[in-house]
Amino acid sequence: MTEFTPLASLFGGALIGLSAVLLMAFHGRIAGMTGILTGLMPPMSSDWAWRAAFVAGAIAAPALVLTLSGQTIPFDSPVPTPWIIIGGLIVGGGVYFGSGCTSGHGVCGIARLSPRSIAATATFMATATATVFVVRHVLGGF
Amino acid sequence: MLRTIVAGLIGLVFGTGIAISGMGNPAKVLNFFDIAGTWDPSLALVMAGALVLSAIGYRFVLRRPEPVLEARFHLPTGRKLDLPLLSGSAAFGIGWGISGFCPGGAVPALGLGEPSAWIFVGAMLAGIAAARTIRLALEARITQPA
Repeated sequence: MTEFTPLASLFGGALIGLSAVLLMAFHGRIAGMTGILTGLMPPMSSDWAWRAAFVAGAIAAPALVLTLSGQTIPFDSPVPTPWIIIGGLIVGGGVYFGSGCTSGHGVCGIARLSPRSIAATATFMATATATVFVVRHVLGGF
Repeated sequence: MLRTIVAGLIGLVFGTGIAISGMGNPAKVLNFFDIAGTWDPSLALVMAGALVLSAIGYRFVLRRPEPVLEARFHLPTGRKLDLPLLSGSAAFGIGWGISGFCPGGAVPALGLGEPSAWIFVGAMLAGIAAARTIRLALEARITQPA
């Protein structure tokens, strides 16, 4: 069980939206983690510096939240390691061919009413829901 | 230099949003998808909050002639719903449903020092690299003269 956290989730979501607006306003870029990371992989794109800085800022964020709020950030990964590796490989291949993930398609793309992003988001939300159903209720897994 | 610093600060805002919202917590993500079981609807509010801000904000920002620190906006122009988009997205959802991690949620979770996040991101980067190699090989075959 995880607790329903409407206010924290709404506020956190608003910050994610704010970061998308800021990255578009200052850099003219989609705040999608897939696209940002892909540009950091060899052969690195020439504009790697802002990408690396964005990723570094994102990684530093939990420490900042911890310092400012004094509260720990809930984290629990119930999935066995081999399945995390399999899931990670599938996610990597999927977001590469699908040109984006939750941040790029689900937030930035839908905000622009991009038909590709709306279709992509509907697709990955549906397959994620179906996968969790199969893993938990058909196979009786994690 | 300014571009880099500002991008770092925006990344900090993004990661803070992920950390506060619960989007980087695999247990919470898996429960969001588990409608038939221990359903936790929180992540619907993450999407709602993010979309309200970005949809309104983009309207103002994209009306400007160019971004503050760059010469032009870099916007995807494709409109076709093709096989790579739909099959890739379907695969992404399967991997997300197995692991509970998505790219934007996992990267800030690296900062928590959680081994599972590092393992996931390592595997995900390997997956992206493999997919890129496959695409380049396919394109090379297609463009080769018969």
